[in-house]
Amino acid sequence: MAEKVLMKGNEALAEAAIMAGCRHYFGYPITPQTEIAAYMAKRMPVIGGTFLQAESEIAAINMIYGAAAAGKRAMTSSSSPGIALKSEGISYLAGSDLPALIINVQRGGPGLGGIQPSQSDYFQSTKSAGHGDFKLIVLAPASVQEMVDLTFKGFDLADKYRMPAMLLSDGTMGQMMEPVSLEMGEVKEYDKSSWAACGTKCERKHNVVNSLFIQPEELERYNFERYERYAQIEANEVMYDEYKMEDAEICIVAYGVAARVSQNAIDKAREAGIKVGMIRPITLWPFPKAVLNAAADKVKAFISVELSMGQMIEDVELAIRCKKPVLLCNRVGGMIPTTEDVLNSINKANSVGGDK
Amino acid sequence: MIVFEKPKALADVPLHYCPGCTHGIIHRLVAEVIDELGIEGKTVGVAPVGCSVFAYNYFNCDMIEAAHGRAPAVATGVKRSLPDNIVFTYQGDGDLAAIGTAETVHSAARGENITIIFVNNAIYGMTGGQMAPTTLPGQITQTSPYGRNPEQVGLPVKVCELLSNVDGATYLERVAVNNVKNVKNAKKAIKKAFQNQLEGKGFSLVEVLSTCPTNWGLKPDKALEWLEENMIPYYPLGVYKDKTAEKEGE
Repeated sequence: MAEKVLMKGNEALAEAAIMAGCRHYFGYPITPQTEIAAYMAKRMPVIGGTFLQAESEIAAINMIYGAAAAGKRAMTSSSSPGIALKSEGISYLAGSDLPALIINVQRGGPGLGGIQPSQSDYFQSTKSAGHGDFKLIVLAPASVQEMVDLTFKGFDLADKYRMPAMLLSDGTMGQMMEPVSLEMGEVKEYDKSSWAACGTKCERKHNVVNSLFIQPEELERYNFERYERYAQIEANEVMYDEYKMEDAEICIVAYGVAARVSQNAIDKAREAGIKVGMIRPITLWPFPKAVLNAAADKVKAFISVELSMGQMIEDVELAIRCKKPVLLCNRVGGMIPTTEDVLNSINKANSVGGDK
Repeated sequence: MIVFEKPKALADVPLHYCPGCTHGIIHRLVAEVIDELGIEGKTVGVAPVGCSVFAYNYFNCDMIEAAHGRAPAVATGVKRSLPDNIVFTYQGDGDLAAIGTAETVHSAARGENITIIFVNNAIYGMTGGQMAPTTLPGQITQTSPYGRNPEQVGLPVKVCELLSNVDGATYLERVAVNNVKNVKNAKKAIKKAFQNQLEGKGFSLVEVLSTCPTNWGLKPDKALEWLEENMIPYYPLGVYKDKTAEKEGE
């Protein structure tokens, strides 16, 4: 078994990025992702990489755009209001088919909001973090180990499909410490020579990294082609975890910190004889629609547990085609649902068509 | 004997610029410099949003199209990733001196080892002639139809003067392309700006006073005269900063 070390989520993530071959980090200070930048500032100069504190989140994401266009693995990290500022650049990354990893250690909003954990950027991340038709691969870790594993995975998926990926974490995942293994296997290399702007050496026609297509037919074609790629991702890259779903009559859907609280609540509810389980999306896009839809034929109700006013719940309802009721169990503004909160929702869900 | 040929770094395609626009001259100067320094194969250019948005089609080196105003940040990302390559941006006044002010000032402050070609024609050309940060007092544009009124919208931004107070900047020069003599000086300045980067000397920006006959509502020859009579007095030509000369003088 791999050796485990005790690490803070944000620092483990940063080390995982380095191990994934990322040598170019650009960021701008914001709580609660601070440790990522601090870690990069310490490590990058030592290993011959780039750490640069930009003048703004906008500049940072455009530096990422430049590094990605040059064919390098590049990463930025921020938190909710900062991600909003990066949205323009994220759209340009998507429109120019550039791979990059964007970390969002979410905090409460809207506006300046707060600095405590939140999941209120679900829409922003999964629906479109910027203008135009595009998708981000969105990965949601629920442990420090997954902060590591999904960072590694995120870089790989971004390169594989030539698109930006986002690790959607929150203040809890970022700040907590857990034992973690940093063994991650081989970094897969991708050939970027056909598109990267890294100098022609006067040996080939110039590469142009660009998202402007003034002819509508051409722009339409690129959009359709991109969505064909997205369809492949939806077919091949869905990740989720199931917990006690074998005999479940109630299905909790939760990710990140909400899934951890829900797991405790499930164990307690089962002690009381309530058959409840959980499907935990690990990819928020692509969303695990098929497994949820299949579960809808077995359970009597769903509960979406989230740190938002009810964002993921819409995807749950869509995935199950509204075949069963979906309850919302939520706290917001930096508050985290307690085991009791989730238990209350489980009891409510249990009384839905409770004559079974 | 060949007396005239297109620079190799310039693609053999028709430019989209309006008749009489001086972007074509400036493109050519940049391409000639790239040829003369023999750096086409290792140069990466960054195009802006504005009239020169299609610059990526015109230079034969690798090119990147940036978001509006962000070219210096994109160039920073490229240069930090590929320190042995030559990275330049080509930007207009709206791009560089309005929406991209922060990126301009901070890339200079960091002393990024990049080259910026800043084309100042005192107007937003691509969008049909709106007031730019460099539009002159009294100048009529689509969004200053009664002439730029300094009492309401303030005075133009003088980029070279502004950046000359930024310690990190290495070389700043303002040139114009309204006559043969000035075009020759412009080329010298552009060449120096690229050479500085080759020698690792840091941030170089050349501001090129340029015309926009279409949106100024002037014939090309009159536009050149207007530039000379109105722009040069407000934006004096010359070297605003040259750390490389200071060092040589020490």
